[in-house]
Amino acid sequence: MNENDLRVFIDAVSHYFGQTTGIPGKVQTPYLKESEDTFAYEYTGIIGISGRKKGCVYFTTPPKLLSHLLLRLEEPDTSAELKCDLVGEIANTIAGNARQYFGPEFMISVPVVIEGQPDRIRIPEKCRCFVIPVNWQNHESAVIVGLQ
Amino acid sequence: MRLLIVDDSRIIRNRIQRAVRDYNLEVVGTAGNGKEAIQLVSTVDPQLVTMDLTMPEVDGIESIERILAINPGLLILVVSALADKATAIEAIKKGAHGFLCKPFTEEELTDALGLLIKGSAL
Repeated sequence: MNENDLRVFIDAVSHYFGQTTGIPGKVQTPYLKESEDTFAYEYTGIIGISGRKKGCVYFTTPPKLLSHLLLRLEEPDTSAELKCDLVGEIANTIAGNARQYFGPEFMISVPVVIEGQPDRIRIPEKCRCFVIPVNWQNHESAVIVGLQ
Repeated sequence: MRLLIVDDSRIIRNRIQRAVRDYNLEVVGTAGNGKEAIQLVSTVDPQLVTMDLTMPEVDGIESIERILAINPGLLILVVSALADKATAIEAIKKGAHGFLCKPFTEEELTDALGLLIKGSAL
């Protein structure tokens, strides 16, 4: 992954919040993590990547961001089920939008959602893993990209 | 017009339902995957479909082909996060009439649906 590749995901997550709520997410400085490290908040949407690039993209966030976002979307139900739905949809949108740059050979899976248990999340071996911290309405979240 | 909403996200299904409530569209069904959509097309007889692409069971591209085999007159708007041109072209070749990229605003959605309906009346 190079700087241009990383920029694709930075733009995608910023665009997601801006387009969906009118308030863009504030992207902070991305950093590199070692492959074996794990990093997750309570809700995580994971997209598997196959094709020309292999690895995964995930969006992870505490529940407060999802509750706030659901209310912003006029969704009265802020249950755990809807939070899981939303975190999966955000991950899917960020990874799907990346195809504008990577092309159709950047193949994405349906989202897998994990509620809690951040120690279960693993980045595939031999992947350079970048963490992109995002703040939206004073709520922390992150996009994590691990691609071979 | 009678609208069927197909998306594996309940939040997106709800958003589309809310966005069209002030327009002359009756939501006759919602489906969480392509398999459900194919079954619903026969039972609820929609005229217009919003179709996600990345879904479990049967994906959106295959669903477009199969529901048009049931009802060739259906208008289909693809609503998907897959933002590459090749995917949009493939969906149009399979018979979709329009493509809206996620994330979308309600205005973009209603504009896209309006264009499809207007185009079908020409």
